[in-house]
Amino acid sequence: MIARSVAMTIEQVAVRFGGLVAISDMSFTVGEGEIVSLIGPNGAGKTTAFNVMTGFLTPSAGRVTYRDTALNGLKPHEIADLGLIRTFQRTSVFPNDTVYDNLLIGLHRQGRVRLLDAILGLPSARASERKLRQRAGELIEWVGLERRAHDAAGSLSYGEQRLVGVALALAAEPSMLLLDEPVSGMNASETHRFVELIRSIRDRGITILLVEHDMPMVMTVSDRIVVLNYGRIIAEGTPELIRNDPAVIEAYLGHGAARA
Amino acid sequence: MKAVITILAVVALASVPLWLRDPYLLNALITTGIFVIGAMSLNLLLGFTGQLSLGHIAFFGIGAYVSALTSLGFDVGLPGGFRVVHEPWPPIIGLVFAILAAGLCGYFVGLLSFRVRGAYFVIVTISFAEVVRLVALNWVELTQGPLALTNIPSIALPLPGLSELTLRTKMQNYYLVLVVALIAYLLIARLVRSHFGRAMRGLMENETLAVSVGIDVTKTLTLAAVISAAIAGAAGSLYAHYIRIIDPEVFAFINTVTMVIMVISGGKGSLAGPVVGGLIFGLLPVALRPVMAPEAQWIAYGGVLMAILFVLPRGIVPSLAQRLTRRRSGAKALALTETGVEERA
Ligand SMILES: Nc1ncnc2c1ncn2[C@@H]1O[C@H](COP(=O)(O)OP(=O)(O)OP(=O)(O)O)[C@@H](O)[C@H]1O
Ligand SMILES: [Mg+2]
Repeated sequence: MIARSVAMTIEQVAVRFGGLVAISDMSFTVGEGEIVSLIGPNGAGKTTAFNVMTGFLTPSAGRVTYRDTALNGLKPHEIADLGLIRTFQRTSVFPNDTVYDNLLIGLHRQGRVRLLDAILGLPSARASERKLRQRAGELIEWVGLERRAHDAAGSLSYGEQRLVGVALALAAEPSMLLLDEPVSGMNASETHRFVELIRSIRDRGITILLVEHDMPMVMTVSDRIVVLNYGRIIAEGTPELIRNDPAVIEAYLGHGAARA
Repeated sequence: MKAVITILAVVALASVPLWLRDPYLLNALITTGIFVIGAMSLNLLLGFTGQLSLGHIAFFGIGAYVSALTSLGFDVGLPGGFRVVHEPWPPIIGLVFAILAAGLCGYFVGLLSFRVRGAYFVIVTISFAEVVRLVALNWVELTQGPLALTNIPSIALPLPGLSELTLRTKMQNYYLVLVVALIAYLLIARLVRSHFGRAMRGLMENETLAVSVGIDVTKTLTLAAVISAAIAGAAGSLYAHYIRIIDPEVFAFINTVTMVIMVISGGKGSLAGPVVGGLIFGLLPVALRPVMAPEAQWIAYGGVLMAILFVLPRGIVPSLAQRLTRRRSGAKALALTETGVEERA
């Protein structure tokens, strides 16, 4: 394996909700440009791990570091400013805005201009606005939603809304993208297209951490897999290794999936 | 289409003093215009960020008092034997101070309430208005308390080369209010269509998603509160220099309620909504005065508000706009199918 520099380090993170231990002593790293999947049964703590990494939850113990910045105590928008962007397990769009306007909101980090410039409509503000609009158009094209661009995002199908969610995350110009079950609710052909999308995201140099229950997809797309069960990491390694790991088969994959 | 309506409306409003000579009606239009500016500022918060300021009149009243005191001068003792003496300054500087002072108060109220979310903003704004009212009532040496500040000078515009133009007549004040209202309208329009406005809308629609793409909640909402409060302060200043007398009653809760009604009836979150709602509820007392006692008028307001919201649930402007576009897109769809049929035929 090629030695990569480390993008994200998770060190001994624990999360407790009252008496419930959602994550205990979780440690792993994600390399720059890598596609790592975080898998495990329902309730294993995958979304909770995402919430810790993106500042929506403060861990009870441990720390997360992204590109040499400790994330403890940072607010979600500050973490987003480091280029660490996530999507959500449940569909999450700005429902009353058009798809196009959704992306313009998502482009917030690129569109920062001075308040006075924006109000006076100075050339710098207008140039920035033109650039954002062009970029929004490109992103829509990229996820293949051109025909839905001017429909309210809330009126789209489930699968389409998931695509809007990913496009929104990409609009924020991530250097690392956390995807929480992006293909759930998509049909086979949509899923297939999405795998291509993930690969092309990685080809742009964006590091990806993926949570997904769709095992064929996880196995084809991942460089490395981390398996969680009851908040603990029970295995970590390449797809071939994980596919044949007895503990993983026992806890999650089942004996049928191992052959798939 | 929208721009045409806007320009026509502005021309119509600008023409009013040319044909309307009744001073009573002109007076009603001027005070209505001042409250419309207040309603527009409230709409920036309520309609574009979803935050309800139930003490919004505080910013208006602070603007009124700051502007009045700047132009009247004062001489007050402070604890420790200090005295602060201020000689009267031109009212136009009072207007500037009113905007700054109200904006600053908006900043602190925002800072206090937007760190913790939920109903805090509503509660903080109500409390803030009450505290300011009590100060105005009890700091008699500065504000004259219930005796009111009187003889507040009219605004005078410095004219280059000439001396000054003091705005004494109703017609002059009408145009002053119209110009300030237009500036406020354009300011809010530019703001909500900008990058900042999109951040506000994002937060209102889906806060979790908005912060995940890097939108700073506290900063965005505080900015909206500052601009909203500053505009309300400007309206308060116009009020003080037009009415020329101001007392703590200006902080009454009912004045905030009036602005909220103007915004909700016209349509929150639409730029023209508070103007339409404001004109209706500002001028309704004029229509009702011959037939109703002032106390009974409030019942009528309630009735009118309910009737409007029953027919146009999202408020006049958004609901009508929705109907228009639906009809037009319906027509378009029909036209498309017709041409489709022709092509196939
Ligand atoms: N805010 C919360 N308060 C209390 N308990 C929570 C909270 N969030 C998650 N949990 C609990 O923590 C555990 C881990 O939940 P989490 O959502 O991280 O699982 P997951 O691995 O994402 O599962 P799934 O595959 O179903 O999405 C679950 O038992 C869940 O009920
Ligand atoms: Mg989950």
